[in-house]
Formats: sequence, C-alpha cells, structure tokens
Amino acid sequence: MDSNQFSKDPNRAVEDLREAAQMLLEKLQNEDYHDASEVISKLNQQRDSLIFNSVGKLTRALHNAIVNFNVDANSDNDSTLSDKSHISDASDRLNYVLKLTQDAADKTMDRVEASAPIAAEIITESAQLREEWKRFKRREMGPDEFRQLYYRMDEFLARIGTGAEQLGLNLQDIILEQGYQDLTGQVLKKVIGLISDVEGELVQLVRIAGQVEDVAGFRSKADKEAAEKKSANGEGPQIQAKHRPDVMASQDEVDDLLSSLGF
Amino acid sequence: MDKNMKILIVDDFSTMRRIIKNLLRDLGFTNTQEADDGQTALPMLKNGDFDFLVTDWNMPGMTGIELLRQVRADERLSSLPVLMVTAEAKREQIIEAAQSGVNGYVVKPFTAQALKEKIEKIFDRVG
Repeated sequence: MDSNQFSKDPNRAVEDLREAAQMLLEKLQNEDYHDASEVISKLNQQRDSLIFNSVGKLTRALHNAIVNFNVDANSDNDSTLSDKSHISDASDRLNYVLKLTQDAADKTMDRVEASAPIAAEIITESAQLREEWKRFKRREMGPDEFRQLYYRMDEFLARIGTGAEQLGLNLQDIILEQGYQDLTGQVLKKVIGLISDVEGELVQLVRIAGQVEDVAGFRSKADKEAAEKKSANGEGPQIQAKHRPDVMASQDEVDDLLSSLGF
Repeated sequence: MDKNMKILIVDDFSTMRRIIKNLLRDLGFTNTQEADDGQTALPMLKNGDFDFLVTDWNMPGMTGIELLRQVRADERLSSLPVLMVTAEAKREQIIEAAQSGVNGYVVKPFTAQALKEKIEKIFDRVG
C-alpha cells in the first residue's frame, strides 16, 4: 500500500485500514517499534483525510440540496412572490387551501341555515292546511271558516312558490361552492410534488451522512434510542386506518374497544 | 334529558364547532357556547355552570385530553359529563381517554345518528 495515497472512497478506505492493521501487527511482532509508530501516525492521517473528504462531500451535498429546495436563507427580507423559496411558497399554497376550504364550508352552512327555516315553514303550514282541507272535504266547515281557508291557501301557494325558488337557488349555491375541490386539488398536487422532491434530496443527504458516520465512528447510541413521541398532542386523522391494527377504522370499532374496557 | 342544559363545544376549527352546534340544535339543545381550545374552555367551565362538555382532542394551546384531565382534577367539575369528538383513532389514545375519565368517544367524520346515540347513552347513565 502506498501510504501517501489514501483512498477517498469510504469502501476502499476500509480495505486500506485492514491492510494497515495487518502491517502494524507485523511490525509489532518484529519489534520494529519505529516503523509501527509510523504506521499508526499514517493510520491517523488516513482517517483524518477520509473524514475531511466525507465532510466536504456532505457540505457539497447539503449545498446542492439547499439550492434545489430553494430555501430562503434570509426569510426575514420581503421577497416578492417570484423569488420566494419553494418551501415558503408551499406554505402559502397550503394556507390558501385552508382558507378556501374554510370559506366553502362557511358558505355552504350559511345556505343550509338559510334553507332550514323555509323547509320548516312549508312542513308546518302544509300540515295545518291539510287538516283544514280534510275538515272542508268532510263538510265540517262553515262559510266564514272556508273564506279564511281560501285566503290562507292563496297566501300559502304564493309563499311556497317564492320559498321553493329560494331553496333552488340555495341548492345551486351549495353545488357551486364545491368548486373548491378542483382548486385545492391542483394546489395540493403541486405541494405533493415538492414534498417528494425534498424527500429525494434528504434521502441523498442521509446516505452521505451515514457513510461519514460509519467510517468516523460518529454514530451515537442516542440515534437508536429515539424516544417515542407521546400521543398527548394528538396526531390528527388516520388516513390508512384499515391497514393499521393499532388504529380504529370506524365508530363501531371504537365502541367495541370502549365496551371491552367496561364502558 | 333536560334540553335546556348548558353545553360547551370546544374545537379549534370554527367549521366543526358550527357543525356540532347545528347537530345539537337539531336534537333540541339550543343552549350552547363555544371555545377554540382547552385554555379558553377551562375558565369558562370553572365560571359557567355548564352541564355538558363536547371537546376535540387535537388543539393548539391546551389539548382536549389535557382539558379532560383538568376537569376531572377540579373538585367542582369532576363529575361533568364529557364527550370527545375527535379524529384521533389510535387504540392507545382511546384507552388513554377512557382512563382519563371520558364519558363518550366519537370519531370524526361522524354521523348525526352517532352523536345522538352517544349523548343519549351518556345521559342515560348520568341520570
């Protein structure tokens, strides 16, 4: 092994390490301590240069990743939309989705709340008129009462006309409000695209960092003991409940679990 | 069941509060108030002679599970019936809620029927 040409490739470096160790052992067995200490110092150099190289690689990869993410380093400056980073642009887009869905939900509920009294009035008034009409058919109604019924019926027919018209308009508004699905869908697809790009870059970074850790022996035990996050903060909706045994997929399953707990 | 009972609805999304409020009104309960997280809800509960609490789990500030614990720890509120209406559906979370003293648990998205059943069940037991 030419000790002045340390390999910059981590896989090759392990090979070199093995050779050097062998050499060190031989020197020690031959009681050639001067050469042995030289091998040790070369080993050190080799390790240092490998770490140096790997850190260099990592730095370059990080730089590339940052360029690719287009992350805003100076997020405090007032950037116009065009030079905004992808990440803050994605946040804006998601906020837009939030706003659009909220607005649509509000408007839909406004329409429903405006419709409910119209429907309720039709139900009660028609029920009452029907009873009156039955009395009329059974000839239980005097001429004065019939005259009242006559005017009431006339009024009701007029009201039912405008009421039904209003209901129709409200229903149409509710339909139109569902247009948010199209707009938010487009935005969400863009953000999903960005997330998978970012993920690709991160995987690349993790891979390089992993090599550095392996060779330099940096890997800490703490990584493996990543504390499991407590659930107290809540996780939000489970989107693949059917595929996870620890998640209840329906109200019935929740009820079964609770009754097994004595509820 | 007293239809005039005072109900506090706690959820960080106004849409969800409105949905629950509408469903409760359809069931005949009109005496409702709203709060957007546990931190706002707790003082309201302490000062407000509420008869029933409907709360979400996942909220900023104070979560619903923490609110539930605080309610159970408060001498005057400890027996307040609490219904959780939440998207949290993990087994361990439901067990946690049960152990913290929840009276009913409805997972989102839910139906008017499910909400009605749980409320009736709670008040059948509480009496």
